[in-house]
Amino acid sequence: MISQIFSLAFLAQTIRITVPYSLASLGGVYSERGGVVNIALEGIILNGAFCATVGTYYTGSALFGVACGIAGGLLTALIHAVVSIHIKADQIISGIAINLFAVGITKFILEILFQSSSNSPRIAGLPHIHLGFIESQPDVANLLGNPLVIVTILIVIASQFIIFKTRFGLRLRSVGENPEAAETVGIGVTLYRYYGVLISGALAGLAGAWLAFDQHSFTDGMSAGRGYIALAAMIVGKWNPLGAAAACLLFGFAESLQIQLQGGGLPTQFIQMIPYVATIIVLAGFIGKAVAPGADGIPYEKEN
Amino acid sequence: MPYAIELLSITKRFARTIANDNVTLRVESGSIHALVGENGAGKTTLMETLYGLYQPDSGRIRIQEKNVSIKSPHDSIRLGIGMVHQHFMLVPPLTVLENIVLGSETTRYSLLDLKKTTTEIAELAGRFSLSVPLDEKVENIGVGIQQRVEILKAIYRKADILVLDEPTAVLTPQESIQLFRILSELKEEGKTIVLITHKLNEVMEISDRVSVMRKGKIVGEVETAKTNPQELAQMMVGRPVLLRVEKAEKKAGDPVLTVNDLTYVDRRGISLLKNVSLEVGSGEILGIAGVEGNGQSQLVECIAGLIRPSAGFITLDGIKISGLGPREVFARGLAHVPEDRIKRGLVVEMDVKENLILGLHNQPQFSSRLSMNRKSINDNAKLLITRYDIRPMDPDAHARGLSGGNQQKVIIARELSRNAQVIVASQPTRGVDIGGIEFIHRTLVEARDAGKAVLLVSADLNEILSLSDRIAVMYDGKIVKLFPDSKVEESELGLYMTGSKGNSQEKALGI
Ligand SMILES: Nc1ncnc2c1ncn2[C@@H]1O[C@H](COP(=O)(O)OP(=O)(O)OP(=O)(O)O)[C@@H](O)[C@H]1O
Ligand SMILES: [Mg+2]
Repeated sequence: MISQIFSLAFLAQTIRITVPYSLASLGGVYSERGGVVNIALEGIILNGAFCATVGTYYTGSALFGVACGIAGGLLTALIHAVVSIHIKADQIISGIAINLFAVGITKFILEILFQSSSNSPRIAGLPHIHLGFIESQPDVANLLGNPLVIVTILIVIASQFIIFKTRFGLRLRSVGENPEAAETVGIGVTLYRYYGVLISGALAGLAGAWLAFDQHSFTDGMSAGRGYIALAAMIVGKWNPLGAAAACLLFGFAESLQIQLQGGGLPTQFIQMIPYVATIIVLAGFIGKAVAPGADGIPYEKEN
Repeated sequence: MPYAIELLSITKRFARTIANDNVTLRVESGSIHALVGENGAGKTTLMETLYGLYQPDSGRIRIQEKNVSIKSPHDSIRLGIGMVHQHFMLVPPLTVLENIVLGSETTRYSLLDLKKTTTEIAELAGRFSLSVPLDEKVENIGVGIQQRVEILKAIYRKADILVLDEPTAVLTPQESIQLFRILSELKEEGKTIVLITHKLNEVMEISDRVSVMRKGKIVGEVETAKTNPQELAQMMVGRPVLLRVEKAEKKAGDPVLTVNDLTYVDRRGISLLKNVSLEVGSGEILGIAGVEGNGQSQLVECIAGLIRPSAGFITLDGIKISGLGPREVFARGLAHVPEDRIKRGLVVEMDVKENLILGLHNQPQFSSRLSMNRKSINDNAKLLITRYDIRPMDPDAHARGLSGGNQQKVIIARELSRNAQVIVASQPTRGVDIGGIEFIHRTLVEARDAGKAVLLVSADLNEILSLSDRIAVMYDGKIVKLFPDSKVEESELGLYMTGSKGNSQEKALGI
């Protein structure tokens, strides 16, 4: 009995950690499949979380909050898109700038709105579907009944189809692999790169919304490196939606394990290494060589 | 006859060159128009301007008698223009099928309808005898097959105007004949075709009219029926050109390069080389004829140390070189002109002078311990550029901006100037103009006369027949026939190349 409850809680914990990783990681897949490196995911998550919090706080509507999170992500991604696709600036530098900018701007507005530079007031969580079982564990039940969990799973599966089985996916991949060739068959390279980056913004913004609702508030710097972990998962998953999600699940599992093991006698520093050691083992041992899209990170210079 | 294409006073400048200088070209609807000219004359630039890849600095374009503005390939495709590019425009990690449909996909419920497309393309491929492995990734197929994919891609789009930029450069004569049958058929259907080629016999065979370009200008236009190859060659180069290779009797010596029972099995377990044995003596040219994809590439890559044979061994000057990496093999006196000039031959991001010392960069003459010796690198470049007539004559030009034939000359210049014992040359004159071919052939023959051992791999039978002292034919990973001299008919060679004759294993020994 106890072990069953323990494993349910463990499962819930894993899912809680995995959902935002997966959303952001999928975002990375769209962006990089189109040829734009997006380390701005970190900042997009943060802005998404912030917008979701503010939206929910002022309207009381969680749905509106989710929409705000996505919109915040989209806007942030738009900056990255303009800078790296139109202005053709270095994509890494643009990403870093956006991440730093996100930390600053969220703190600044937080201060203006709520007179605190570290915390927002509490917001309500997402409404959840009543599953009708495991009522004894309300936390677990709420989590498994969270519509965003189901939405995330659907997005993962849909993305696998979109990237590999649709016209849009084929064109997006061609633009990320060999933009010259894509252009010669009449594909608008710029347009598709925008699509890729904007989709990544929407998804990472949603990841941010998840964090905000999960914690019922916004706190300063709450993305806490998740954007980078998501990028690592994308690479481990070889730029495939299913692969990236599986890698996120692995990271989520390793992190909850770390949480469970804390206080169990082993030195904390050692336990905190688990997720990273897991990553290295997976990368080195099982995955084989991960090959990035051919034109990933390279601005497309049309010769005129 | 109305005009399908009118390019009127087109001028196109690049940073360092005027690629097209006030060019006017009119092509009649329903005709096949050949466009010829030296490397760097501006043929590709002119056609890519038509296709919307470049914007002209001045000039107008009319299509089917209407003024048009072509801002990108998207526009030209809408106007019914299709193009087979000189540098393949394929996406390597995508399959052949995906590459063919890219940009004009058939969808069902917004999913790619690959099933329907597969039947369509298989039918098309069958009708035109262009067999391609539809489900293979493009990164795994050779240049000859890539060329077929490009042709299929263009035909699949059902363009009314089809521009083919050197489509036969890597095709065997049989494949070229096949392509010309396709072109005639398309012409019957009323399509208009522009064909860029360096092979004048092709011009004579297929085209209705010919335009000749030199140094960015059109220097002549004639009806094909009223001209001949000599006249065309003279117009192109501005001097009489020798269309045949002259060479003295061979004075072959001992074997320098030997290949013994070489077998190569790829990662998927397919045997691409099956017990191949051959030897090349000093002072001779051994030609390897064969349809692309019959093991020639693997043979060359094994010799050059780029891949490891699964069994058998290779010696150079009596010393075993199989198992060594490319650097050691080169150090032991091998020069290699690779078949894929962009992938293996050049670093296109670097300039000409740097490309001319690739692989030699660590020699004391070019680099001291701390820094490269710029002066000697520059001098080396100037010397080779003059000797090999590389244009533009600028050591600092980027390799990417060079015309195809001039890129090839950079590789030839680097490899042949290394004074190596053994020269392995794959498709050495691919995309090179007739003046250049004459020069490269002469250089290869000179190397042979100076006692070098030359292994020549080419899909161009003319080249094989006119240069080789002995000819080996490869089919299905084996040497199926060895001719001890070059006194053999093309048609006879063709039978062996297609596997219709000779299924046994032969050894290309006995110099
Ligand atoms: N993208 C570019 N940037 C700079 N210079 C270029 C570029 N493309 C072509 N050129 C230059 O323009 C001139 C014409 O080149 P082009 O490729 O049109 O020649 P070509 O007639 O097709 O030659 P080839 O037979 O070798 O293919 C050359 O001098 C070349 O170096
Ligand atoms: Mg050209």
